Amino acid sequence: MGLIWSWIAGFGRFWYSFIIGDDWTVAAAVAVGLILTALFVSAHVNAWWIVPVIVISMLGLSLRRASKT
Amino acid sequence: MTAVLFVLVTTFLASAVEAIEMVTIVLGVGATRGWRATIVGALAGFGVLAVIVVVAGLALSRVPIGPLRLIVGALLLVFGLQWFRKGVMRVAAHGLAGFRLAPTDEPLEWTGPGLDWTAFVLAFKAVVLEGLEVAFIVVSFGANTNQLGVAVIGGVAAVVVIGAIGLILQRVVTRIPRSLLQLVVGILLTTFGTFWSLEGLGIEWPAGDGAILGLLALYLVTAGTYITIERRRVLGFSPGA
Repeated sequence: MGLIWSWIAGFGRFWYSFIIGDDWTVAAAVAVGLILTALFVSAHVNAWWIVPVIVISMLGLSLRRASKT
Repeated sequence: MTAVLFVLVTTFLASAVEAIEMVTIVLGVGATRGWRATIVGALAGFGVLAVIVVVAGLALSRVPIGPLRLIVGALLLVFGLQWFRKGVMRVAAHGLAGFRLAPTDEPLEWTGPGLDWTAFVLAFKAVVLEGLEVAFIVVSFGANTNQLGVAVIGGVAAVVVIGAIGLILQRVVTRIPRSLLQLVVGILLTTFGTFWSLEGLGIEWPAGDGAILGLLALYLVTAGTYITIERRRVLGFSPGA
């Protein structure tokens, strides 16, 4: 039973590290960008620029935060 | 004869575009994280792909590629951004002097026990997604022209040729210092991740597949800008330092 729990915990840690990493706000912003794009697409707006803009902005903010700490 | 040649050349070229994306990711991940887990991931991807192709056969064209593109693209995007960010910070801190260093001067990222699952997952996803797209191209062209055998040859030849080119380039790529390589691979993963995830949502990119080059250029300029800003901060030229 302990082995199964440790495997599940390890599996969870791997995916947390893969998706969230050092800065959870970047992953959250990407998720918001994808949701916004999906909403625009459903309204027949080809909003391809939302995610690249979020990527560039969040990268800058994340770098700024990292350099301050 | 002309129809056969047309199907062969078309499937080869269309599949080559997908194969380039697949090989780029496998090559970059292997050179950055180590080859063992990357090759195991790529082989596992080919295994799963072979099962899907054998089971689905001609019904392959009915497999929903959109959701798969969205999931794989989104995962590559969030992971690629982590390497993009770390790469900018490391290159800003150490500059490009590492260009002249031998590859052994910098240890590989993965030094833990067992398999490097990050490298495995990245290689696996790239092979399954891009391999599936090659299979779609082969089935679409082959079935519509009644030249399935020729289309299969074109698709497989493209993967083999691009794979061989990747194998030759592997020696060159592993000579690049890891911090710089991490930045380059991070930019590539972010580029493909952006492209695939939005394509999966139903976005029609301006210039089609050519948008990949546009995104790549945009992210390269972004990297250059942030490296300059970070470098100025490191050297104490900015008020935020």
